[in-house]
Amino acid sequence: MMWFIGKRLVQGLITVWFIATATFFAMHNVPGDPLLNDRATTAIIRANLEAKYGLDKPVTTQYFIYLNNIAHGDFGISFAQENREVNDIIREHFPVSAILGILAVVIAAVGGILWGSLTALYRNRLPDYIIMFLVILGISVPSFVIAALSQLGIVTINSLLGRTFLPVAGWGTISHMLVPALVLGLTTMAYLTRLMRSSMLEIVNSDFVRTAKSKGVPPARIFARHQLRNAVLPVITVLGPSIAAITTGGFVVEIVFAIPGLGRFFVEAVQQLDYTVIMGTTVFYGAFLVFMVILVDVIYGFIDPRVRMN
Amino acid sequence: MRCMRSSAYPCSSTSCLWLLLNSGSNSTGQAIDVEDNAVTITLRAEPPQLDQGRSTDASSFVVLAHAFEGLIAYDEEARLTPGVAERWEIREDGATFWLREDAKWSDGVPVTAYDFEFAWRRVVDPATASQYAFIFYSIKNAEAVNTGVLPKEMLGVRAVSDRQLEVEFEQPTPYFDKLVAFITFLPVREDFYNSTNGRYGADADEMIYNGPYMITDWVHSASMVWKKNPYYWSDKRGFLDEIRVAYITSDTNAKLNLFKDGQIVETELLSPMLPGAMAERWQIDRIMDGTVFFFEFNHRPGRVTDNLNFRKALMYAHESSELVYKALKEASYLPAVSLFPAWIQGVNGPFREEYPPPEHHMDLEKARHHLELAKQELGVDEFPPIVMLSGDTPVSLVASAYYQELFRKRLGLEIRIDAQIFKQRLAKMTSGDFDIVLAGWGPDYDDALTFGDFFASWNLNNRGRYNSPEMDSYIRTAQSSLDPKERMDAFGNIQQLVYDDVAMLPMYERGWSFVVDPRLKGFRRRSVGPEVDYNYAYIDVSSD
Repeated sequence: MMWFIGKRLVQGLITVWFIATATFFAMHNVPGDPLLNDRATTAIIRANLEAKYGLDKPVTTQYFIYLNNIAHGDFGISFAQENREVNDIIREHFPVSAILGILAVVIAAVGGILWGSLTALYRNRLPDYIIMFLVILGISVPSFVIAALSQLGIVTINSLLGRTFLPVAGWGTISHMLVPALVLGLTTMAYLTRLMRSSMLEIVNSDFVRTAKSKGVPPARIFARHQLRNAVLPVITVLGPSIAAITTGGFVVEIVFAIPGLGRFFVEAVQQLDYTVIMGTTVFYGAFLVFMVILVDVIYGFIDPRVRMN
Repeated sequence: MRCMRSSAYPCSSTSCLWLLLNSGSNSTGQAIDVEDNAVTITLRAEPPQLDQGRSTDASSFVVLAHAFEGLIAYDEEARLTPGVAERWEIREDGATFWLREDAKWSDGVPVTAYDFEFAWRRVVDPATASQYAFIFYSIKNAEAVNTGVLPKEMLGVRAVSDRQLEVEFEQPTPYFDKLVAFITFLPVREDFYNSTNGRYGADADEMIYNGPYMITDWVHSASMVWKKNPYYWSDKRGFLDEIRVAYITSDTNAKLNLFKDGQIVETELLSPMLPGAMAERWQIDRIMDGTVFFFEFNHRPGRVTDNLNFRKALMYAHESSELVYKALKEASYLPAVSLFPAWIQGVNGPFREEYPPPEHHMDLEKARHHLELAKQELGVDEFPPIVMLSGDTPVSLVASAYYQELFRKRLGLEIRIDAQIFKQRLAKMTSGDFDIVLAGWGPDYDDALTFGDFFASWNLNNRGRYNSPEMDSYIRTAQSSLDPKERMDAFGNIQQLVYDDVAMLPMYERGWSFVVDPRLKGFRRRSVGPEVDYNYAYIDVSSD
């Protein structure tokens, strides 16, 4: 097991290095100039800015300086927010995205497993049709529409009740998190429902379920011990990457609900060509994603004895 | 009620949870807190930093305009009014400012002329790399200091005493009072600045304030609290005890929802929102935000757009009112007819009344005639595709699609739209990689020159490289003439020359429809200065 984890960690490190390198060179080849602004600047001011950010050096030199810095955990100073270190930005805003993301994933996982099992149990009957219709809706309606609609819904509920039942936007308390987390987790929930449904259906017809049935095991026990535990494996596989995807993909939800998460920086930095923030957020999220995948592999070993054997 | 909130009443765990879930519930929302004399507002974007010497964006300007005060400020009607300076005198060769005795920093220390001397030297110091340093260039030696030729001590600004600031001009600058009202001219206190170890303006406690409000809390990208500055000298500004910036978002739909829910005092309305707003019987106001949008041509030699007849052909094929009323359909926009927007002032009244813009009518026959002439002059049978560089905002995409279709139909020209994100559009504009660019220009200060010098051959913002000795000479007169009439005549000539030479094609003047909570009075949106201004705002519930 230790050997397995160690091997995966080394692979992960190489992946992160590759992400860092690819992002660095892609970023420097994107047309545009991070130092340009509405009001044109004189040559000397430009030279000063270039020196400040080390852009006056050749790109390869910049690359090695940069690699050395991230090896020491230093992502540098933001181009757009001139007095803030990228490390500070990540430290202050990632926890917000993480809390929102974890809540969203919990909602998505619980909902997905529950609805997926239900549809499989009621296959081709009314509950199945209703849930699967909602699933298609959840996958195909873009999150900015759902976000805007649910916000409008909150306003309507508040005005009907004559008091602030749920906050319309902002961040701070649990009540601020509920709706954004639900919106954020909705697509994943729909996706997991489908996954759970098909894997449940596969297992319902498998030999060991039939054997259990013929042995006279009660249906509830078959469902819990044999079906659910086996069917949930593929869900766990995608859960790791989804946690990473959800915590990074919160851009729309963060804008609509005015939430100070890292997802905003991830997107806005690219629009502003904020080199250090692009690199910082990408490498950080890359590492996070890789870590999640490794974590899932390890958890898999605990849940499925077959993986451990190999 | 106030004591209820103090710690004298510890709540049980269940009511704590209830409070957590229903934070701040009340029937009217939190937009206006009469009891605390506080309002809740939004900010469009997170200020990158709040260093007045280096800020360039609208959101930072809004915050800085409340937390600081320069020598001269704006009054409720956007006229100049004394700020830290009690009085001033502008001469041909320089200016003198006499500072008031009672202007203080938020720690009680008096604001002195040295604070301005330090701040201004710092802006032109090339080490600061301030993007707005150019706005100081009318001060003696400013350009030389900024380009590293002279040390910063040689800048023509000198504190004679605590209360007297002397400024020497490079050339006569009759509009210097208007310049001084700009954000980059705000004071900075040297001892405090030095104590921040290069982090000045990064956080609420890395600044010291002299404006009506001070920032007491700043959670990045989330919220801010501005409290009344107890040391602020005037009782004519800063009536609220607290301004809470509770939301930082650029999403106008989210802001509208917050306004509907009674959580914020003001929000802007886009055209699709107007019917709903009218149904709610809201009082809808309108303001021009000051910016003029136009077609900037690439005048570099070798470009098709360098040809005057070609530009004239485009001019006669278009009418800005058609763009605004038929394509953009933004109720608060005005068709642009000149480089100078409608709100610019002339000698005694509006510039537009004293110097009406050249009359323009669409004339397809003339347009085709000029296009023929252009073909002959350029010696081509067919024009190559014209590259139209545009931003990626919804409005610029609609505008570029509209022009693409219009010039194809009316002139048979092929327009290739090159939509780019902000920084890439700027990079292409700077390197001249376009034929036409959809650009905008907003005012820095309340004088026609903020638009008038745009096409100067030496102006780095003139990214189409328009170059005309005639234009340059008018601009020189406009910059330095001490006779207001002569100056305005020069602007009139600039306006005419821009039209005759088709230096650009005006498209629209941007405006905003907006709605304000009726209990908030004295709130202003502005064309010049901070886009939203709460310095004169106060709560009045009597009309409720």
